[in-house]
Amino acid sequence: MTTVPAVPAIRTIAIRSDNLCRHYRMGENVIRAVDGVSLEVQSGEFLALLGSSGSGKSSMLNLIAGLDRPTSGSVIVQDRDLAKLSREELAKYRLHVVGMVFQSFNLIASMTVIENVELPLRFAEVDRARRQSLAREALERVGLKARMDHRPSELSGGEQQRAALARALINRPQLLLADEPTGNLDSRTGTEIMDMVGSFNRELGMTVVMVTHERTLAERYAGRMIFLADGKLVDDRPNRPGSAGGLR
Amino acid sequence: MKLPDLTELALRNLRESLLRNSLTTVGISVGVASLVAMLSLGIGLQQMASRRLVKSGLFDTIIVSSRREMRGMGREEERNGPIPGESRILDEPARLEIGRLENVSEAYPDIRFATELRFEDRPHLTMISALPLSARTNDAFEGMQGRFFSSESEPGVILQKSFAEELLGRTPPLGQPEPNVAELAKPLLGKELLMRYAQRAAAQSAAEASNSDSNELIGASYSVVSREQKLTIVGVADLDPESMRGPTRAKVFLPLKLAESLHVMLPTDLREIARASDQPVYSSISVRVKNPAQIQAVEDKIKKMGFTTFSIADASKGLRQFFGVLYAFLGIFGSLALIVASIGIVNTLVMAILERRREIGIMKAIGASDADVRKLFFAEAGAMGVLGGMLGVILGWAIGQAINFGTNVYLRRQSLPAEHFWAVPWWLVAFAIGFAFVVSLVSGLYPAGRAAKLDPVQALRYE
Repeated sequence: MTTVPAVPAIRTIAIRSDNLCRHYRMGENVIRAVDGVSLEVQSGEFLALLGSSGSGKSSMLNLIAGLDRPTSGSVIVQDRDLAKLSREELAKYRLHVVGMVFQSFNLIASMTVIENVELPLRFAEVDRARRQSLAREALERVGLKARMDHRPSELSGGEQQRAALARALINRPQLLLADEPTGNLDSRTGTEIMDMVGSFNRELGMTVVMVTHERTLAERYAGRMIFLADGKLVDDRPNRPGSAGGLR
Repeated sequence: MKLPDLTELALRNLRESLLRNSLTTVGISVGVASLVAMLSLGIGLQQMASRRLVKSGLFDTIIVSSRREMRGMGREEERNGPIPGESRILDEPARLEIGRLENVSEAYPDIRFATELRFEDRPHLTMISALPLSARTNDAFEGMQGRFFSSESEPGVILQKSFAEELLGRTPPLGQPEPNVAELAKPLLGKELLMRYAQRAAAQSAAEASNSDSNELIGASYSVVSREQKLTIVGVADLDPESMRGPTRAKVFLPLKLAESLHVMLPTDLREIARASDQPVYSSISVRVKNPAQIQAVEDKIKKMGFTTFSIADASKGLRQFFGVLYAFLGIFGSLALIVASIGIVNTLVMAILERRREIGIMKAIGASDADVRKLFFAEAGAMGVLGGMLGVILGWAIGQAINFGTNVYLRRQSLPAEHFWAVPWWLVAFAIGFAFVVSLVSGLYPAGRAAKLDPVQALRYE
């Protein structure tokens, strides 16, 4: 018998991309939105994808989210090679593995807050009673239980983003993907939202990948910063969260 | 996604753009209504026709005659049957035998003769026939003025309208409207008619008959006596109960037992004089079958007994075929509106996809599969179909009722009996809703497929 080395909490790889490319055809031109990005993200990490607009950071996020497919290269999330999944499997992956929040919240206007939050559970065919209790629980966690029967249009931006966060949490995903989550918020509510994202990362152990163009935001919350320009990875540096001391 | 969730989401989405979806649903319901209206008209007409035909006695009656009677209507028997002289005689024992056959409700002789009727001392020559009491249900006596015979031996008489006109001297010129039966009946009901007829009386003695001539008496002998019979007019029939008999149809009707007891000299009596029998011989008898479906079997049995038979059951086959074609045509015309409505569904859903592009993107981003999106659009199409179908059935039924009502008002003004020629059977309701559902699902095929294939990244970018 060999002795097992006592290494506490071996970190597993949550995301690995290998020479990942996503090219678009625009008439005669080929736009290289993501151009050969190789990257490894440990589970439990808080990663910020930084870059100016058009740098390919959102395209990168869409590839990780399974909303888009790579032109070449591979992206492997939790041992799933996303390029090889069928449309059906990709939908399941988005449903169970990934939670997403967007700059424009993307709540469905015709549904109340709680209906929006429990919508992924409908796709997961969870029965009604359990759906209700999980949705309440998630709304409680983001502090929005009092407004659960309101429609998104009746909420402030911060409240809408909290509802979106509750929806992203509902299926207990391992991965939280955020695309400019504070882009439409003032700095105070932005901080509230980011604190919440940070707590999910710390308390629930979710791997967070956040796209932002605000470096200060990344410096305050992320454990690692990736810089993209013209679809290429130009810098990858660790960060000690809280170093920037708040938003702007 | 589970079915209750799908239905709930679909109905919610339909409520979101209420006006557009309501209009589409109304479109479907108009289509379904036209289909229901057309088909229920066809069904109603068929039911009315078969009701009428059963009542008319055409489909449960076999007319039996002997081959000796050269008026036999079966062409086939003329070629293949026994030669007339050897055919069986249609006499009382034969009638009783036929009456005892299975599924035969009655077999009664056709007593039919032309004679003179005097009304207010003016003579009128007409064809008279005898009716059993069972003829009461014949629809020719529906809407009759007065009453039917109270017994088969009542000295009463029922006149056909055209004879009533003749008695009153009110026969309208050709092309003029017929007078109302009620007006004709008023001065006639309860009045007396005097019928003059030739009675066949048994001869006083065979010797007397044989003395009169050098020839040997070999058959029956009887004398013919002129008689009179007073008859009370009890009813005036609007319609013609014997329309199928053509030129031999009677215009005056006597109760059967009374007619038999009069021993009227019939044409057959002369022909059958060579036969040694006092028993009456009939030119034809009418056989009524309990159920029109058994008519063929009964007819075959009677043919085997050596008689010629005639029924028009075969005509009903043609009638069924006619209604089959009628259904098909009415159905096609009715469906046209539904097809137009289905294009409305396609349009509404394609519009909905454009409008809800972003929503579809969101649903896909949070884990909806292609199948979920497809099913959702299908459910919306299906819900519009079912709602439109139900609304359409109600609408179609209402249209039918309105037309039924309107037509009956018209019929009443024409002093015709009310008719129910509009029928919406339960299977038509189920069929119409089911058909609307299927049509809407088919209409939903393309939009649902298109929505399912939407690229989520593109859809999310859409504002």
